[in-house]
Amino acid sequence: MNKLRRSMLFLPGSNAAMLSTAFVYKPDSIMFDLEDAVSLREKDSARLLVFHALQLPIYKEFGIETIVRINSLKTEFGLKDLEAAIWGGVDAIRLPKTDSAEEIHELEVHIERIEKECGRAIGSTKIVAAIESAIGVVNAVSIAQSSPRLIGIAIAAFDYLVDMQTQRGDGSELFYARCAVLHAARVAGIDAFDAVYSDVDNDEGFLKEVELIRHLGFNGKSLINPRQILPLHNAYSPTQEEVDYARQVIAAAEEGEKRGLGVISLDGKMIDNPIINSARRVISRYEASGVRQ
Amino acid sequence: MKIVKDAIAGTLESSDLQVKVSPQKQLEIVIHSDVIHQFGDQITIIVEDTLKKLGLTEGLIIIEDKGALDCVIKARVEVAVLRGSEVNELNWRTLK
Repeated sequence: MNKLRRSMLFLPGSNAAMLSTAFVYKPDSIMFDLEDAVSLREKDSARLLVFHALQLPIYKEFGIETIVRINSLKTEFGLKDLEAAIWGGVDAIRLPKTDSAEEIHELEVHIERIEKECGRAIGSTKIVAAIESAIGVVNAVSIAQSSPRLIGIAIAAFDYLVDMQTQRGDGSELFYARCAVLHAARVAGIDAFDAVYSDVDNDEGFLKEVELIRHLGFNGKSLINPRQILPLHNAYSPTQEEVDYARQVIAAAEEGEKRGLGVISLDGKMIDNPIINSARRVISRYEASGVRQ
Repeated sequence: MKIVKDAIAGTLESSDLQVKVSPQKQLEIVIHSDVIHQFGDQITIIVEDTLKKLGLTEGLIIIEDKGALDCVIKARVEVAVLRGSEVNELNWRTLK
């Protein structure tokens, strides 16, 4: 079963206090940001802080995936960020403003060189592509299929909406981009992440948006405030009814396998692989945070 | 590595520390910390080890600690020294 990636918590790479305590909130992934959240004069400082923070054993002990958002490789910071992240032992690199598959290929070349230099297994550094423009949305399928290192693609709303000459509203302004990114992720067999909800005091609005993206099929959401983790995980938890059904499906599948049956049925309905995989996802979410409250 | 100008890194916020470095003929480390009685020895070891890895043998290092984790101490000391030495290239293998 794939790793759960419901919550991807952004942390400014220059903020020592947040880097020292964020693991207690137990997000599925922590995203150390070296890009927009860090001022130009603190880029060097944040890079070293993240390099050392990545080596804390606590993330692995808590099962928290580590991701670093680097600056664009077109800037003077991008390559240095990449070296710090890979030498630090990061799980995945988030590439901002990804417009094409070629940018992922360029990133791959640098990653492989650094992996060799620091003795990491080739291919062990994964990639998340962030799509933040109209051209990125249009190219989403080729981006999502561009590399075996890709574990997911994310829609980042702020720059995308500027590019589209509009702003955040009732969600209709993001509808096409969300669906395009989601379809691209499913075509490639990788995860899809929704944009941050930046109005952190608007719990009702946040939950409404979470409900929308969960129904659409997103694996999770980028977050900027730890307060949003629990309600997000709760919304992604299955109901008791869903857990009960999933257990029946898995039990029927195991029984069918034991008896060597080609076709498995439950209450007169055929159970095939997509249903079994869906049941496993339900159990995985249940084991991570219980039933929905 | 040699400190050639005054430099500063970090903040005085909780869980962080501020490191000031200045050129000086001999190595001198001054540590002020909110938790000096419990963790003074540990902080000193981390600072000295970090400076050793950077190959720094002279300079004045003044530290104001606000309860930073070891990883934060290392990072802030490194940044202050690198800024004071005007060095841009890093040897990640050495810093690990």
